[in-house]
Amino acid sequence: MSTTASTEPVQPSGARDASAFLEVRDLHVRFPTDDGLVRAVNGLSFSLQPGETLGIVGESGSGKSVTSLAIMGLHKGSRAQVEGEIWLDGDELVSMRVEEMRRLRGNKVSMIFQDPLSAMHPFYKIGDQLVEAYLVHNDVSKAVAKKRAVDMLDRVGIPSPASRYHDYPHQFSGGMRQRAMIAMALMCDPRLLIADEPTTALDVTVQAQILDLMNDLQKEFNSAIIIITHDLGVVAQMAQKLVVMYGGRVVEAGDVRDIFYRPEHPYAWGLLGSIPRITGGGDRLKSIKGSPPSLINLPTGCPFHPRCDFRDKVPGDACVTDVPELLQIGGTPHAARCHIPSPERQRLFTEQIKPAL
Amino acid sequence: MTTTSTPKSTGRATAFSERTNPVRGEVLLEVEGLQRHFPVTQGIVFQRQTGAVKAVDGIDFQLIAGETLGLVGESGCGKSTTGRLVTRLDEPTGGKITFQGADITHLNRRQMRPFRRDVQIIFQDPFSSLNPRQTVGTIIAAPFDIQGIKSEGGTRKAVQDLMARVGLNPEHYNRYPHEFSGGQRQRIGIARALALRPKLIVCDEPVSALDVSIQAQVVNLLDDLQDEFDLTYLFVAHDLSVVRHISDRVAVMYLGKIVEIAARDELYNHSRHPYTHALLSAVPEPDPDAVKRRERIRLTGDVPSPLNPPTGCRFRTRCWKAQDVCAEQEPPLVQIGAPGHLAACHFPEERDVV
Amino acid sequence: MFNYIVRRLLQMVLILFAISAITFFLFWATPANPALLICGKDCNTERIAEVNASYGFDDPLIVQYGRYMSGLVNPGGRELGSEGSQEHCSWPCLDRSLQNGLQVTDSIADAIGPTFWLATGAAVLWLVSGVLLGLLAALRKGKWLDKLSVGLALFGVSFPTLVLGYLLVFVFIVKGGLLPYPDQANSSPSAGLVPFFQFYILPWVTLALVNAALYTRLTRANMIDTMNEDFIRTARAKGLGERQVVFKHGLRAALTPIVTIFGLDLGALLGGAVITERIFSIQGLGKLSIDSVLGNDLPVVMGVVLVAAFFVVFANIVVDVLYAFIDPRVRLS
Repeated sequence: MSTTASTEPVQPSGARDASAFLEVRDLHVRFPTDDGLVRAVNGLSFSLQPGETLGIVGESGSGKSVTSLAIMGLHKGSRAQVEGEIWLDGDELVSMRVEEMRRLRGNKVSMIFQDPLSAMHPFYKIGDQLVEAYLVHNDVSKAVAKKRAVDMLDRVGIPSPASRYHDYPHQFSGGMRQRAMIAMALMCDPRLLIADEPTTALDVTVQAQILDLMNDLQKEFNSAIIIITHDLGVVAQMAQKLVVMYGGRVVEAGDVRDIFYRPEHPYAWGLLGSIPRITGGGDRLKSIKGSPPSLINLPTGCPFHPRCDFRDKVPGDACVTDVPELLQIGGTPHAARCHIPSPERQRLFTEQIKPAL
Repeated sequence: MTTTSTPKSTGRATAFSERTNPVRGEVLLEVEGLQRHFPVTQGIVFQRQTGAVKAVDGIDFQLIAGETLGLVGESGCGKSTTGRLVTRLDEPTGGKITFQGADITHLNRRQMRPFRRDVQIIFQDPFSSLNPRQTVGTIIAAPFDIQGIKSEGGTRKAVQDLMARVGLNPEHYNRYPHEFSGGQRQRIGIARALALRPKLIVCDEPVSALDVSIQAQVVNLLDDLQDEFDLTYLFVAHDLSVVRHISDRVAVMYLGKIVEIAARDELYNHSRHPYTHALLSAVPEPDPDAVKRRERIRLTGDVPSPLNPPTGCRFRTRCWKAQDVCAEQEPPLVQIGAPGHLAACHFPEERDVV
Repeated sequence: MFNYIVRRLLQMVLILFAISAITFFLFWATPANPALLICGKDCNTERIAEVNASYGFDDPLIVQYGRYMSGLVNPGGRELGSEGSQEHCSWPCLDRSLQNGLQVTDSIADAIGPTFWLATGAAVLWLVSGVLLGLLAALRKGKWLDKLSVGLALFGVSFPTLVLGYLLVFVFIVKGGLLPYPDQANSSPSAGLVPFFQFYILPWVTLALVNAALYTRLTRANMIDTMNEDFIRTARAKGLGERQVVFKHGLRAALTPIVTIFGLDLGALLGGAVITERIFSIQGLGKLSIDSVLGNDLPVVMGVVLVAAFFVVFANIVVDVLYAFIDPRVRLS
């Protein structure tokens, strides 16, 4: 289906990328429900190096949170059907046994969630919840774990950590709770940290503090970070690599600058056009028509085709009948999943989209 | 008490029943010294008031007919309470609200009824603000029924016209809210608010719960409706980018007070209050290279409790410029810079942080 | 916290006071004539006058009410009867029965024992079985065990206590002969544990069934909701084993609302389980209240109502205070 010589599929079916710390290959996640099969993730692939930050961007129902739970193995034991491969530091997680996976969770891979108030147990002290996270994976005395908890609370910028240790989550402010949540995720020095909308529930000034903290901690611990968000401002500030998801698939991937300055997928154009900017004026926003697709009834062919303004650029019915492949652009890591040939996409972006951004 | 330099209201008391259409540029709504204190009580047998959460603590502003005033600030600053007070869904504990020359500060439910036609509100959560057991048609028609208004061609036709206007399929008249997506539900809320052709709509975080692409659709819709129906908006939101996009003027609140108010571009490009600086510089821009270019101001600590706000300037506990005078005297909201630009700071300074 | 408890106790006194007044005046609004009741078969006008004088039925209602309340307010109790036939009634004095002349405080003290054993035994039974069954159902949601427990719960809720009680008596005592006929002497544990359990086992089952079913459904629903909470996902993300996730993180949160309801249910039962006591002829508060109501025996009605109300209101306070200890988010001030 490739149309130009310079493009090739991003996922060669052969050997995997041995240098990658995390590699997700052709991941599928489906949930049987009473209304039908929910196809949350449909053939997702990406990879990540240590010390790198990958942003996953998408709207609700794009499959971004489901992906994070799949990497954590949190779908195991539920009704979800997970297929494909997730390689983390030489181990394959999809086929891994529950007990083995449990030993990785919170240890080598840990996670912070969107709403720190509901993500912490309301009845237990913050400190005890941190201690618990440490004791699961480390055979040490409670006193050692407690010291570690106080150190971590201190490290994430909680004032007088020894006394705040005894507070309950509701006694912390929103920003402090998210700091505590980060401290809890870092208790066992994870190599991979997954942050699912870590600042969405926070005010902007607090969000800025938390993003700074995450950047600092990454430099200190050299862990890989996956940051999942709908906020393009957050990924622009945090990520080096970016994956744009739509309908459970990657529609565009690449270096963060590729996506912000040279986007090639009409959905990415739509996203960039629809966000109001702090620097901007009152010009009309370029909204994307329609709404995100139902994961039970995904559109045939390219999942974005019902909302796409550029279908006339593709001859015939290819957009409706064939799922475009995720193809690399000119041998770079930048890749897009669209039937429009890459040079044409670049021309469209430069001539029609960019001037309006 | 006036907080802007825009022309003052003629002061003519207007009976609501006349439904005078506001003239563009006239003062539609004026708020003076508005307060909302939530009492905190203590005691064994008799409860006595031992303090108050000062959610809104003396604010002044005017809404000019046809404009959009953005009200921004972080959670707990009192912006949503202000929206509720202006629509009189909540009772002010002090101050005065004047709508088209009439004092509506303490009107009771019955007295408020004619006023309800003119002032409507749109809420953040489009799901919980719609009754799940009513059809969309019933929800949008409710204002007609409550106000006892008959429209030409019947209520059903009026409702379907409204649905078409806000981008809903009129054939979905008999569907229930759960059958709609988040963006469509917000359109239902907008249609309901629009039903009686109000003059003022308070938009309380109307797009915060929506996806980016949908958010743009709703913002555009609000823009179009404003032009078409000569609406005035009080746009309450925490997203400074959306507020910049939609507002003509912007007021920044901190701990129950307005700390700065100015015309849109004046505020974003020439702000004077350190809190405004901090707020604006914290907004992450969707531009990877902008991170290096932009100045960063990082506030430390948390917002103090509105139960016991700091003396003098409320922002001083987190302000890098604070001096002794900041604790002793509360800085008044005074004009600085361009006409209509007011800031409450002892040490104002122009700074472009965007 | 202390202030809060004091305030609630004062509220309780006020509520009990209001209940006593309502019961008292409501009783006198009925056409019953207690003097007729007391004077018995060979009644004549002189006898009635005598009774009226002795019991003070001639006095205005408000005076009678004041006299009744004096026995509760005055720490020394009060004197009962007229000149010549006085008897002392020590605090808390609830007057004496119109039917048998016994002091109500003594009758209640006798009846409260069986009711206490009946209510607490049944409560333990329904709590344990309800929570266990509900927990299992929640953890096996959609599996056969879940369906079975939901079915059992539906059966339990819809099965009338009256029918169940007599059915149990018929099967286990009359036909099966597996248990002895109830003997009131075995109504306290001092009679020996085996006879005690033999006496109470059927009443416990009868009384517990409906609540066990309700608690099963409640626990199941709470537990399913809790296991979908974000903090459960966090607990799993930490790498905790499933047992810790369920018991330490899930069950504790899911049981909190049940503690509240349990306290209130138990409090309400301590006022007497009328039907169950009647079926198994247990001489408890429930039986006492029926007898007194049927006999127009005002002082006993008053006494039982006040005791029952006391347990309900007091259980409310205990539950609220307990809740603050279980859930740190609830701060009582």
